[in-house]
Amino acid sequence: MNIWHRYRGLILPILVVAALAIWPTITGRAANRESAFTILKAVALASSLNILLGYTGYVSFGHIVFYGFGGYVGLYLLTEQEWSLWNAILAGGLASGILAFLLGTAILRLRGAYFALATIGINEAMKAFVNNFDLFGGPTGITLNFSVYKAYGGAAQALQTAFYIGASLALLAVLLSHMVRTSRFGLGLLAIRENEDAAEVMGVFAPNAKTWAYVLSAIIPGMIGVLFFFKNGNVEPHDAFPLHSSIELLVMVMLGGQGTVLGPILGAFAYQGMRGYLVTSDFFKDIQLSVSGALLLMIVLFIPAGAIGWLRQRIPTLRRVLA
Amino acid sequence: MTILLSLQGVSKRFGGLQALSDVTFDLPQGQILGLIGPNGAGKTTLFNAINGVYPPEKGRIVFHGKDVTRFKPYQLARMGMARTHQIVRPLNELSVRENVMVGACFGHESQNLGNAAKIADEVLEFVGLTSRADQLASSLNVAQKKRLEMARALAARPYLLLLDEVLAGLNHSEIDNMIQTVLKIREQGITIIMIEHVMKAVMNVSDRIIVLDYGIQIAEGNPENITNDPKVIEAYLGDPRLAEQLLEED
Repeated sequence: MNIWHRYRGLILPILVVAALAIWPTITGRAANRESAFTILKAVALASSLNILLGYTGYVSFGHIVFYGFGGYVGLYLLTEQEWSLWNAILAGGLASGILAFLLGTAILRLRGAYFALATIGINEAMKAFVNNFDLFGGPTGITLNFSVYKAYGGAAQALQTAFYIGASLALLAVLLSHMVRTSRFGLGLLAIRENEDAAEVMGVFAPNAKTWAYVLSAIIPGMIGVLFFFKNGNVEPHDAFPLHSSIELLVMVMLGGQGTVLGPILGAFAYQGMRGYLVTSDFFKDIQLSVSGALLLMIVLFIPAGAIGWLRQRIPTLRRVLA
Repeated sequence: MTILLSLQGVSKRFGGLQALSDVTFDLPQGQILGLIGPNGAGKTTLFNAINGVYPPEKGRIVFHGKDVTRFKPYQLARMGMARTHQIVRPLNELSVRENVMVGACFGHESQNLGNAAKIADEVLEFVGLTSRADQLASSLNVAQKKRLEMARALAARPYLLLLDEVLAGLNHSEIDNMIQTVLKIREQGITIIMIEHVMKAVMNVSDRIIVLDYGIQIAEGNPENITNDPKVIEAYLGDPRLAEQLLEED
C-alpha cells in the first residue's frame, strides 16, 4: 500500500517514455527513430530543468549550457583521448555537474530576475569562451573521425545504440525527477520555491539545497549532450549553446506543468510535435520561434500551472496519479 | 534553573535608526516571556536578531550555552529555535500537511518524511487544523494561517518558540482558543517568547515581561509590576490616566 502510494505517480511517466522507446522498434523505420530520439532528448532535458525551475522555483535561461558543455567534454575525450562512448557520457555528465556546482555557488545567491539574467550571461560567456578555446577547436569545434563508429558496429548500428542510450537517459531523468519530488530533499526545494526566507527559518539550508538542485539538473543534460554530438559527428559553438533552445525548454516545462513529474514529459512531447509540424509547414517554417514565444505568453497569462497543474487544480482526484 | 537563552548588550542599527540598543536579558527554560512595546519599538527586530535574520552589530546571543550571534536562521532552526511571523508566510502551493512537514523535516530533530507526516498530523490535531490537512495552504483564512505558522514551528519540536503577534487579527473566541494553545505548549516544556499587543492575553500568560520603547529596554518584571510602572504607561500610552481607562476596559 505504502509502495503503491509512493510510486503511483511514476506509472504514467514511465509508460510515456517506454512507448516512445518501443514505437520506432515496432515500426522499424529510421525516420521514426530519429523523431522519437528528438522527443526523448527533450523529455530528458525538460525533466532535468524542472528540478531547478519547477521544484526550486529558479528560472534559468541557460540550461542548454550544460548540454553544450557536456557535449564538448565528451567529444574531446572521444577524439583526443580515444575514450569509449560510455565513459565519455559519464564524464560529460560529471563535467556538467561540476560546472553547475561552481556556477551555483557563485550565482544562486541571486534571486528572481537577477538569477535569470545571470544565466543568460553564462550562456553567452560559455559560447565566447569555447569560441576561443583551442583545446575545443575554437570556432570550428570538434569533428569526430568517422572510424569512431566502427567500434559500435558501423554508423547505422551506432545510431541504433545511441537511440537506446537516449531512451535510457530519458528514463533516468524521469526517475531522478520523481525521486527528488518525493524526497525530503525535494520537500525542502518546494519550500524554497514557495518562500525562501520562511524555508530558512524552518531550517532548510537553502544555499546548499539550491546548489545540489542545480547540480542534479545539470548532470543528465551533460550526458545527453555527449550522446547527441556523438550522433551528430561534430560540435560547434553555436550548435552547443543556442539561447533559443534554453527558452524552448522553458516553454516545454511551463506548457506541461512546472513542478510535476509528468508535466515536462507531456510538454516536451507536445512542443516537439508542434515544432515538427511548424518547421515543415510552408507558412510557419521561418516564424517557428515566434509561435513558441506566443505560446509561452499564453501559458503564463492563462494557465501558469501548465496542463498538468491545471488538471490537478480542477480535478483533485487526479492528484493521486498525476504526480 | 538553566538559562536557555541569554542576550548581552544586543544592538542593531538600520541606517540612522537605532532599532535596538543594549538589550540584555536571561530567559530560563520553561518560562513564557512577554515582549511588549508601542509600534516600531523594535520587537520584531529583536526576534530577527535572535533567530539570525538580521544579526546584531554589537552584543552576544547565547542559546543552549553556545554563542549563536552570527548564526544563520537555518542553523538556529536546527539547534531547536522556531518562530512564527507577524505577517504570515504560508507555503501557498503546498498542502497544509506538507507545510507542517517542512518544520518537522528540517527542525532540530531532522525527521524523515514518514515520521514528519505523523508529527504533522499530531500537530495539526493540536492546533485544530486536521480537517484542512490536505488543502492548499493558500485556501486558509487569516486565523487558520496563524495556526499553520504555529503548527509548523511546533512540528520542529523546538526548545524555544518565538511567537510574533499570533493573536493579532483574531476575534475574541479565536483569541481564547489561541491562549489555551499557548498554555498547552508551555506544559510540554517549551520555552516561549511572545510579542503581543493584546494586553489581557500577554498579562495572563507571561511569567515575565520586557517592555521595549525605541529599541530600549525600559522595564522588566512580572506582569503586576509592569502594569503599574509609570514609565511603561507613559511610553505605551503617553497619558497615564488614559492607560488606566484602557486597562479597565480590556
